[in-house]
Amino acid sequence: MADTTAEPAGWQAARATRNGIALGLAVGVSGLAFGAAAVASGLTVAQTAVLSLLAYTGASQFALAAAIAGGGSLIAGTTGAVLLGTRNTLYGLRLAGLLQVRGAPRLIAALGITDESTAVALAQPTRAAARAGFRATFASLYLTWNAASLAGAIGAGHLGSPAAFGLDVVGPAAFLALLWPRLRDGRAERCVALAGAAIALVATPFCPPGTPVILAAAAALGAALLPSAARPAGPPSGDAATCPAAAGEARG
Amino acid sequence: MTGTWIAVLVTAASCYALKLAGLTVPQRVLARPRAQRFASLVPVALLAALIAVEAFGRGRTLAIDPARLAGLGAAVVALLLRAPFLVVILAAAGTAAVLRAVGAG
Repeated sequence: MADTTAEPAGWQAARATRNGIALGLAVGVSGLAFGAAAVASGLTVAQTAVLSLLAYTGASQFALAAAIAGGGSLIAGTTGAVLLGTRNTLYGLRLAGLLQVRGAPRLIAALGITDESTAVALAQPTRAAARAGFRATFASLYLTWNAASLAGAIGAGHLGSPAAFGLDVVGPAAFLALLWPRLRDGRAERCVALAGAAIALVATPFCPPGTPVILAAAAALGAALLPSAARPAGPPSGDAATCPAAAGEARG
Repeated sequence: MTGTWIAVLVTAASCYALKLAGLTVPQRVLARPRAQRFASLVPVALLAALIAVEAFGRGRTLAIDPARLAGLGAAVVALLLRAPFLVVILAAAGTAAVLRAVGAG
């Protein structure tokens, strides 16, 4: 990646570092919400801290907490959380060429792969700036997220009834905020979201808690297998991937 | 060791392994457009399913919890106003808490 701009490379790296630190601080504070929701779900403070330290990927952490709160099968809850983490593999594939890390640095860099660090790294004009941005976001977000989630977990333990503070709404609101930008990506994303929600609701009375969410992955599979995502009316077998059918199901 | 601890550790180890795999495996593995499409759409389907189940599910039945739905409505409004993540969460939890406090939930 050649530096084609007149700007000195040092400035680009410095700006990437500043952006990364700022984003990490801003997003990391939401660890408070995770910590509080996790303890309200029945996780201990230690379990909450271990998830933030080692899993370190918000959506999966919220998903596991939600599954435990719902009293569902732990296997289903874990599977859902891990499936949500698959996007980090895609991020890793994109980052591998930019970061060029081997050995121990690679083991550490892997932990730092999140929506945020990937977004900052991929937005940089040069490889050096991408590495600086990745490192800064990782450091800032990791420290803030873990401190905030510990504070939230300890704080929630001192609250009386979680529902009285609306903590049961924290999880779904967080999922909504994570999903929101993807809904703007295109029609296929909106169809998959509607179909996923419909599948999960229809399956809820018939399956153990936790499994309906995993079944919803079929919506993504259906959309990926369709020859064109923009197809207005899919084949009958593609019920999970066609918008009108999904919308009707969601209401019914 | 309790089942919850096992779930926590398996989730943590698997999430880390998925990240490491991306940095380690040859680039061509996910070069197929359909595989890429599936991997990028899975979070969309799962997040939407989680929202639906948490909004309307109560164990294995579907139920309406007015305070919870109002909280999610507040989150949507905050998102439409482009509020930051934490403001969205606070709006949702705050709305549900206030409605329950006044007995509307």
